[in-house]
Amino acid sequence: MARITAGVTTSHVPAIGAAFDRGDDQSDYWAPLFAGYEWSKKWIAAERPDVIVLVYNDHATAFSLECIPTFAIGCADEFPVADEGFGPRPVPSVMGHSELACHIAQSLILDEFDMTIMNQMEVDHGLTVPLSLMFGRVDAWPARVVPIAVNVVQYPPPTGERCFKLGQAIRRAVQSFDEDLNVQVWGTGGMSHQLQGPRAGLINQPFDQAFLEKMNTDPSSLRAITHLEYVREAGSEGIELVMWLIMRGALHANCQELHRFYHVPASNTAVGHLILESPQDDGS
Amino acid sequence: MVDNAEFDDIPGTTVFTAQRSHQGFHLNQFCMSLKNASNRERFKRDERTYLDEWPMTEAQKQAVLARDYNAMIALGGNIYFLAKIFATDGQSFQIAAASMTDMSVEDYAAMMLHGGRSPDGVRSKRDGN
Repeated sequence: MARITAGVTTSHVPAIGAAFDRGDDQSDYWAPLFAGYEWSKKWIAAERPDVIVLVYNDHATAFSLECIPTFAIGCADEFPVADEGFGPRPVPSVMGHSELACHIAQSLILDEFDMTIMNQMEVDHGLTVPLSLMFGRVDAWPARVVPIAVNVVQYPPPTGERCFKLGQAIRRAVQSFDEDLNVQVWGTGGMSHQLQGPRAGLINQPFDQAFLEKMNTDPSSLRAITHLEYVREAGSEGIELVMWLIMRGALHANCQELHRFYHVPASNTAVGHLILESPQDDGS
Repeated sequence: MVDNAEFDDIPGTTVFTAQRSHQGFHLNQFCMSLKNASNRERFKRDERTYLDEWPMTEAQKQAVLARDYNAMIALGGNIYFLAKIFATDGQSFQIAAASMTDMSVEDYAAMMLHGGRSPDGVRSKRDGN
């Protein structure tokens, strides 16, 4: 049976990808950020996940305003790296796991989560920056990816509560897949940031620190955070943190925190990163 | 009836609702077209002519030509779509973000290095906190 063994959260700021791609990751500005992922890279090299269910948001790349799915799942064999306006990132194409993705899609829909199914999709920095942070420079990504794209561009995104429950449904779906696979679930985006208007540049470190702490110790309190509170406290783009709750819902109720990192700033954004180990007994 | 008045109480912030998405549809579709390198070249060669290919309002076109991102947002632009414009200009997200504040690029960058803009005082117009 497929097993969810761990969850990873990380911000996915495009400037991190740009710095990485131009080899600027050891500059004074960027080195402290990349240092926060050194332990993570060693950890994941030892863990060797087969598949990553990677929760992210598309940034006007695969989805224009013609069609705005709240939750979409990528069932293709391969997801090309998109040109977001400055040429595609020079990173490997992302290989999917269509059998697992189709199984999860069917299971989720029958579990009352009405997923949009993507049989062709380009992926942007929201998905590739986390891969670069966790795997570094590689010729091919060492794991297959099932992308789960969440609308956080047009208001309203799904609620945190809905996201947590989707995570729980992903857990049921993965655990009912017959092949023996080591599966991780990643939640990306956040932490506090605002990219628009006269309030741009907002960072709320106490909010972020409390969020990081409660991800493991008290996730039920995070489920109740309203959209209004996210925008007020964590900035208009800080609302991306609902995606972290999909990851948390997919893990065991009692996880062990293996790694935590927090850094300000990456361009306009507070970067948060967690690794939670998910036990293999049935408790959930 | 949906009521987003609570969001209007947050200073300096525009929440991208379905109504704003409708208002800014063609502006954002124009931005989306800049994903394509040949469209970026055509836009850079003659911005006005390229903009005239899109059924945008004159005010939206003028805001794009002026690179006035606050005006574009007020006219239905969404920041992730508008990002294609400053990517085409070879400009960073931080420079574009700074241009929407009352700060210089240097002062904005310094603010970020010192931990960013505090939420204190910019949570609510009504409560002034």
